Amino acid sequence: MDKQLDAPPGARSDARPVLEGPDIARVLTRIAHEIVERAKGADDVVLLGIPTRGVFLARRLADKLEQITERKIPVGSLDITMYRDDLRMHPPRALARTDIPGDGIDGRLVVLVDDVLFSGRTIRAALDALNDIGRPRAVQLAVLVDRGHRELPIRADYVGKNLPTSLRETVKVQLAEEDGRDTVLLGAKPAAPGAHP
Amino acid sequence: MQRHLISAADLTRDDAVLILDTAEEMARVADRPIKKLPTLRGRTVVNLFFEDSTRTRISFEAAEKRLSADVINFTAKGSSVSKGESLKDTAQTLEAMGVDAVVIRHGASGAPYRLATSGWIDAHVINAGDGTHQHPTQALLDAFTMRRRLVGRDAGLGKDLDGRRITLVGDILHSRVARSNVDLLHTLGAEVTLVAPPTLLPVGVESWPCEVSYDLDSTLTKSDAVMLLRVQRERMNAAFFPTEREYSRRYGLDGDRMSKMPDHAIVMHPGPMVRGMEITAEVADSDRCTVVEQVTNGVSVRMAVLYLLLGGNEPAVTHARPTEEK
Repeated sequence: MDKQLDAPPGARSDARPVLEGPDIARVLTRIAHEIVERAKGADDVVLLGIPTRGVFLARRLADKLEQITERKIPVGSLDITMYRDDLRMHPPRALARTDIPGDGIDGRLVVLVDDVLFSGRTIRAALDALNDIGRPRAVQLAVLVDRGHRELPIRADYVGKNLPTSLRETVKVQLAEEDGRDTVLLGAKPAAPGAHP
Repeated sequence: MQRHLISAADLTRDDAVLILDTAEEMARVADRPIKKLPTLRGRTVVNLFFEDSTRTRISFEAAEKRLSADVINFTAKGSSVSKGESLKDTAQTLEAMGVDAVVIRHGASGAPYRLATSGWIDAHVINAGDGTHQHPTQALLDAFTMRRRLVGRDAGLGKDLDGRRITLVGDILHSRVARSNVDLLHTLGAEVTLVAPPTLLPVGVESWPCEVSYDLDSTLTKSDAVMLLRVQRERMNAAFFPTEREYSRRYGLDGDRMSKMPDHAIVMHPGPMVRGMEITAEVADSDRCTVVEQVTNGVSVRMAVLYLLLGGNEPAVTHARPTEEK
């Protein structure tokens, strides 16, 4: 998660918004329609957000899906901390909530929701975590931003915005639930690495 | 977090709350069809038990296995220790095998501290009870149980036990559980009262961060949780009270006494219970008694401690010691 989530808003003056609040709302509406279209009605869809911001996006997507299908869409969260492949390269991280909707995921279509798709390692960890929880009929991936630079053979099924970036840039998603406003910021990595905790 | 967990007094409030919050997430793993996480795969943990234990050893073993660690169980009986091997030699043997963590229970107070600071071994040391000194994971699971029952499962996340009134009754003198609990509960902001006959209170108890009383009935009515401690006959070499019956009448918890407690208050016991002595069967089997819950919570809390001590980068890198090059 090289997303520099911890930097205070506006810390880098050169960060520029690439998606604003209304864009994010439109993008989520489109993804919701795509999910309904591809799942032929979204009967068995379960949305699982990856903490922190993926969970908020999953809840927003569920609201949109409910408006479209007029049915209740199960939504939960999937913490992947314990499944990360870089656990041993950092101090132990605090865990986030894993909350699987009551009926489970067996035989259902699980749509994983995350804010930024980058190396793909988070999604690999999420697939491992899913494996311990049940056996979905299929797993799909929805992301708000795909910034490229994949290190694993993983791709998203639903992409809010393809954002070609260089590795010297940072992509930071801010959502009202956590940060007080909706925006996606594209910035430059600080010159001295190691400031990130 | 520090490298080792030797004493509950070493934990700051933030450390303790982090452990409790992590344990709350670990508890959710128990609800899954596959109760296993890959987090400690490839790490070796030795359970080094020089003293008898059922609950703690099984609880640690379950926690280690749920985190996918490789577990080696060592009990003093039937090992080289019964042939006269010292703690140092045992430790060096384990070190030579490349263990990542040692969970130690020892009859001598300070044995885990010695193991952690002597330089005999590079592994993380987790104290699973040493003499009459400390039993930090027990205190953590007790605090976890209190927070869940008194504050709430989700409402408790990130919170401590500020202002809760906890009463510990019984053999404080021989109890490492009492010492650990007083330290941790004080750190978490609870108000602790010890109740025991004067003979079962240690010298210097007045310097502990808690109140002391000799009268159970007056304390019960203003307690949010009452924890009963077993009278540890195996550590007693003198008469501390006239008869068991008299102890039981003054300091045992029966149904009548329990009814004087506030409605929300819980009854706790670290186990093993001696029914009829410090607790009657009526109380032990009631809904307000959390003994079984404490055992369940013990696994989650120990998973949290193991994850927070072993889950990160430290040992994997620093474990390459010169001795391994021989």
